[in-house]
This record gives sequence, structure tokens and C-alpha cells, in this order.
Amino acid sequence: MSRAAPRDEGDAALAIELRGISKSFGPVQANRDISIEVRRGTIHGIIGENGAGKSTLMSILYGFYRADAGEILIGGRRTEIPDSQAAIDAGIGMVFQHFKLVENFTVLENVILGAEDGRLLKPSLAKARRLLKQLADDYEMDVDPEAVIEELGVGQQQRVEILKALYREADILILDEPTGVLTPAEADHLFRILRGLRDEGKTIILITHKLREIMEITDSVSVMRRGEMTATVPTAETSPEELAELMVGRKVLLRVDKAPARPGDVVLEVRDLRVVDEQKVERLRGIDLTIRAGEILGIAGVSGNGQSELLEVLGGYANGTGSIRMNGQEIDLTGTASDARTRRARGIAHVPEDRQREGLVMDYRAWENVAFGYHSDPRFSSGLFMDHAAMRADCDDKMRRFDVRPPDPTLAAKNFSGGNQQKIVLAREIERNPDLLLIGQPTRGVDIGAIEFIHEQIVALRDQGKAILLVSVELDEIMALSDRIAVMFDGRIMGERLPGETDQRELGLLMAGMAGAAA
Amino acid sequence: MDFLGLLQILDSTLRLATPLLFACLAGLFSERAGIFDIGLEGKMLASAFLSAAAASYTGNVWLGCLAGIGASLMLAAIHGVASITFRGNQLISGVAINFLASGLTVVVGEAWFGLGGRTPQLMGAARFQEIDLPFAREIADVPLLGPIYANLLSGHSALVYIGLLCVPLTWWVLYRTRFGLRLRAVGENPAAVDTAGVSVVGLRYAAVMICGLLTGLAGAYLATALSAGFVKEMSAGRGFIALAALIFAKWRPWYALGATLLFGLLEALGNRFQTIEVFDITVPTQFMQALPYILTVVILAGFVGRAIPPRAGGEPYIKER
Repeated sequence: MSRAAPRDEGDAALAIELRGISKSFGPVQANRDISIEVRRGTIHGIIGENGAGKSTLMSILYGFYRADAGEILIGGRRTEIPDSQAAIDAGIGMVFQHFKLVENFTVLENVILGAEDGRLLKPSLAKARRLLKQLADDYEMDVDPEAVIEELGVGQQQRVEILKALYREADILILDEPTGVLTPAEADHLFRILRGLRDEGKTIILITHKLREIMEITDSVSVMRRGEMTATVPTAETSPEELAELMVGRKVLLRVDKAPARPGDVVLEVRDLRVVDEQKVERLRGIDLTIRAGEILGIAGVSGNGQSELLEVLGGYANGTGSIRMNGQEIDLTGTASDARTRRARGIAHVPEDRQREGLVMDYRAWENVAFGYHSDPRFSSGLFMDHAAMRADCDDKMRRFDVRPPDPTLAAKNFSGGNQQKIVLAREIERNPDLLLIGQPTRGVDIGAIEFIHEQIVALRDQGKAILLVSVELDEIMALSDRIAVMFDGRIMGERLPGETDQRELGLLMAGMAGAAA
Repeated sequence: MDFLGLLQILDSTLRLATPLLFACLAGLFSERAGIFDIGLEGKMLASAFLSAAAASYTGNVWLGCLAGIGASLMLAAIHGVASITFRGNQLISGVAINFLASGLTVVVGEAWFGLGGRTPQLMGAARFQEIDLPFAREIADVPLLGPIYANLLSGHSALVYIGLLCVPLTWWVLYRTRFGLRLRAVGENPAAVDTAGVSVVGLRYAAVMICGLLTGLAGAYLATALSAGFVKEMSAGRGFIALAALIFAKWRPWYALGATLLFGLLEALGNRFQTIEVFDITVPTQFMQALPYILTVVILAGFVGRAIPPRAGGEPYIKER
């Protein structure tokens, strides 16, 4: 690397410069000839759809993958990054979407892990304790160094990840979708920290798919689409609409066009629904809600506040107490008559939150997945045997109508992109003409083009006079789709609002459990 | 029972607990790093055989002990390659090692010595001798403390003392050194270790080899200190009992000492009281001797409270993004 080629020396004012980075996995080109320049002391956003190649690019920068071609310059010097240690040595710190913390270690132990000063722990721990206190004072990152990680909230855990990077004297901090698990207040706090770090001269790269965050905090932004860098612009000179267009390559509807709801009879009535989990923790603490035919009830909330349990009980694979009435008739909540199959028979269809674990069998083919749960349908089976040809034909038909790409029923579920997987699940559930559709995180990990399609399908189902229970952590989605919004916090419904009469701030307060402030 | 009788039982508790202690600490290192090892039994057996064979051939018990450790390290390396490098199923690899050791020891033993799978009786320097601690004889007559020191603590083979020293040493390594911190981390969340720039594979191999070393000592102790030679299947399930003790000990070194002493005590009681009469009913010998195994089942059935194993235990580490 000591070859004194002139290209080895770049502009020293640039914290990071990537030149012509390419990376493919088999036939899939994840990154194609990507070049990017990030100036020192700025916050640079990287935005793009899921699968656009953002994470691959950052993994190359952090030494998880090696690029097939291209070069990396850190602070103007050409740098090889074969592994994470090399990235750390080059001054790069990374905060992953899923934290890389040892849950039963203390904050201190996590911070020094891998960056100890010697063979014995004591001096390292003492030094880290001192440094942490200083960092806490400097950047508003108050975390108890002796606290055990699993006892901390996600916001604090994220701060530990940032502290880890700072302890390693990182000059460049990469954050991958950092606000996905945070409440709006926690996200604001994070942004304050990031601004403080920037003002100290650190360089920050923020990977996100949320346009609002890009507009709020970044100095410049790069847009990725299908493995390519489509544009890099100063944030002040762009708009959310322009960025969205750059991401998908065409105009998209950020708002959903829908007529006012015409609610009919009550379809689902839930009274005092309670769920206690295996650790004897009450996850649902008395839920009351009603959904009428022809309306969408959106459940907003930070994930982990009981939304999953609500869907599981309604979908028939968790037990609860209380009362659920479907079209006026009581549903069994425990025992052998309470399962997903009997729920389906009562007209409840379910698009689960985690489609890869609950909605699909990833190794099974599309047509098998489309028949799941409905395999005893007379169209598909006669006596002991299933009619594979009929199932395939049915799948073929659904794939065409739901624009699943590629429309190949024999492809395994895992070979479809997130958006197309979701369309497969949606096609299976919607096409059975249910009275009530439960749908959790309909567009999680789904690209913008597919989001639009999925939203249209949900609205169309409502307009056919079906009741829909929508659970999503994306406030924008809840606001755009719902006819009524209920906010969940800690197993309770904090309040109900109409989308036209509330705003993100009020809902955010409710999501954080502050009922008084929003009343 | 008189005082001396009690001391004798405790003395034999210590002797019988030692192989369990070595094996339990061995399992502790391996499992704390996230590698399950049900091949303790096989490694112990292989080590017992090769240590007895080498000791009988060379007449030097230390050389025997080294050979035993070598055998155990070989099997540990196989387990490492299968479960770390090739990310195989750790339980299956362990089972395979147990079968391998069980068969090989007898076949090779028959080929070498022609004694039906046994090794020749070990005598003199080919066995670990009992060591008298300093002043044992001089203070033997001091009331209470004298007999405890002279009869209970003194007069064991070197491996017993090494085993006891391994307990604080293990604790110190695990909780006071960089290596220990990383080892514990890799058993809980290998991704955290990997992203911190430390090699997951290197750490896990180190743990598996330490496990091999300690099980080697356990096996050598069985054949050259507790007995005087190798007998077919002489480990008699001790590797599995050590695993039960490890769960009982919640993967902690000092608890491991306590747990293995308890198992040693049960075994000692079974040996000492061949028959016991309770309310005119004679408890059969077999029941007394089965006590350690019964306790194993009770522990594994989860009757002794919640034990939380290392979170990444049993799962091969596959790097993602």
C-alpha cells in the first residue's frame, strides 16, 4: 500500500471518500460503482429503499464484506479494511440497527470489550469509568456505567453503542436505522447527541429510510437506488418529495388517496382483553376496542407495548382473558377451540407482523405458502389428497393480480424481496374475503413502490365494507391509512384520535405514555 | 459415627470429587464460550486409557498424564473443527466423540496389551503417589484441627491439589482478565465480540482446548490416581455427571466446586454404606451406589431452580451483515 501513486492521496478535508465500490453476491449486484465524498465534521445521510444496498455499503466500510472493486480513502489516505479491527483502527465506529451488546454485562464491560488496555481488567475498567463520565458530561449521554444492559431501555442501550464507538476514539460514526426502536422523544435526544458530536468535529453517517429525519438533521444526503448512488445533494437544497422521487425513480404518493369511511355494523368488539406472558408479566392490561365494517382502526405505538400480543390473541395463537365478539358472537379465547383455524372460519384473516417467521415458510415454494391455512379448502383437496395443480393455478392467478415479481409459483418464499413476500401473504389473506383483516407492520422492510400498492389494497378492502385492524410502528402510515387511531402504551390503549384532528406530536406523547399532556 | 469415620467419608469425597471437578471446570470453559460439550465423557475415557498405557510403558506417571492430556486435546480439536470451523451440530459431534473413545480404547487396549481392554496394573512411580503436606505428622495429635489437616487435607495425590487450585484460578481468569471477559462475551453474544474486532473463532478454539486440557487431567486422575490402571468404560458416566454439576453450579467456578463435592459425597456414601436400614427396610446397595446418578436426573429435570445457560450456547456463529 505504500505505492506512491498520486491517487493514494485524496482531499484531507474529506473524512471518507469511496471510489467506484462494487460488490455482488452471486448474480445479485448489491453495490455498483459507488463513489461518495463525506466532508469532515458533517452529518451525512444515506437514504434508499430496503435492498437498495445501503447496509452492504456500510458493511464494506466496517470490514464485514470486502468490495469486489473500488477503493476506500479515510482522511485522504487509501485504506484497506479487511475486518472490523481494521475499521476500528481507521477511526470508524458503527451503531448497528440490532445492537451488538452483551446483555448480561455491565455498560462498562461492554464498552471495554475488545478495547481493553492490558491483560487484566481492573485498569481498563477504571480508565473507562473516568472516560465515560467525561463523555456523559460532554454529550448529554448519562448512562450508569455499572448498570446491566438488559435492565436499560433501548434508548440507553443505543447510547452505550455510541459510547463504545467514542471509547475507541472513533472519528467517523455510522448509524444504521437508529430511530426504528425509539420514541419520538428519544429520537430527539439522539439527534441532540449527534449534533453535539458533529460540533466537536466528528463525522456522522446516518442510514435511514425516513425522509423526515434526513431533512431534520443531515447536512448532505446521498440517495441509493438498486445498488447505485443516484445523487448526493446538500440537504438545504432538496425536499422530501425530490428525495422520494430519487429513491424510487418516479413520483410516489406519500399520501394515500381515500374516500371518507362509511362505517357499517360492528364487526369486532373487544372488551377487557388481558394477556399474561410466560414470565407472568401482564402484556395486555384490559383492552377495549370496536371496529365497524368499512373502517380501518390504526393502532399506533412503539413496538413492544402489547400490539403483538393483541394480534396474536385475535389471530388465535395466544391465550387471553376477556371477551371478543365477532359479528356479535362470542369467540373462545382458550382451549382447543381457540386456534388460527377456527378464527379463519369466523372470518378473521391475519397478515402477521413478522412475515418471515409467522406468515411464510421461507423454504417452501410460493404456491405452497399461498395454500397454507386454506389447504383443506374443497377447491384444493379431495379426501386425503391435495390437488397440487389447483393450488399452483390459484397461486399463479393471485401472483398476477397482486403484481408479485417474479410471478413464479415454484420459487421458494425466501427468494422473493420483502415487498413481494408481503404481497404473497396479503394475496393469500385478502382473497379469502374475510370480514376482518388483522394486519401488522404491513410495509416493514418493503420498498416504496410496493408500499403504495399494499396501501391501495388495504383501502380497497375497506371500501368493500370489511373491517381492518392495522398495527404499525410507522406513524406516517397510521396517519395516512386509518379512519380512527388508537395509541397503545404498556398494554393499554392510551386514547383514540381521529387522523384529521391530531398530529405527530400529540400521538408521540401518547406513545410515550403521557396521557395527561395530550388530554 | 465417630469423628474419624466422618473424616474418612469426607476424605473419600474429596478423592471422588476431583475428576468431576476437572471435568466440570472443563465444561465451564467450553460452555461459557458458547460451545456445548457432551463429549467430556469420551475425552475423559480416552485420556484415562492413554495415560494408563503410557504410564505402564514408561513407568512414569507424569509422562502418562501428559499422554492422557494429549489424547483429550486431540478429541477436543476434533470437536473444535466440527463445531467451530464447520459449524456442525455440537451435540452430535459430542456424541460421536463419546462413541469414538468408547470403542477405540477397548480395541487399541486389546491390541496393545491383550488383557481384554485393560491396561496392566500400575505400580510404584507409574501411579500418582499420595503427598503428605508439611507438618502433617507433627500436628496430627492437635485436637480437632490436627486430624482434619492430617487425615482430610493431607495425603492426596498432586492432582487433587491441582484441581482445588484450578477453582480460584478459573474464577480469576474468567472475571479478572481480558481473556475471561472476551470468553464470557463470546458465549453470550458472539456478534458483539466480532464487531469489537476480536476473533470469535480464536476465542472459541482457545476455550475448547482449555476444556481438552482439563478433561485430560480428569481422565489421567481416574486411571493413575483413583485406580491403578485402565478398565473398560471406567469413566462410568462421570462426564455427564460433571455436566449436571455444571448446570447445578449455574456455570460458576466456586459453585462448581460445591456441586462436584456434593456428587463426590454421594458417591462416597454409596461406597461406605453398602446397606442401610431405615425403619426395618434394608436399602439395597445398588440404590446407594445409584445416588449420584439419581441426583443428576433430578438436577437435569430442573428441580433445583432456574439455571440460565450462556445465551449463544450451542449455536454456531455465522456472520451476518
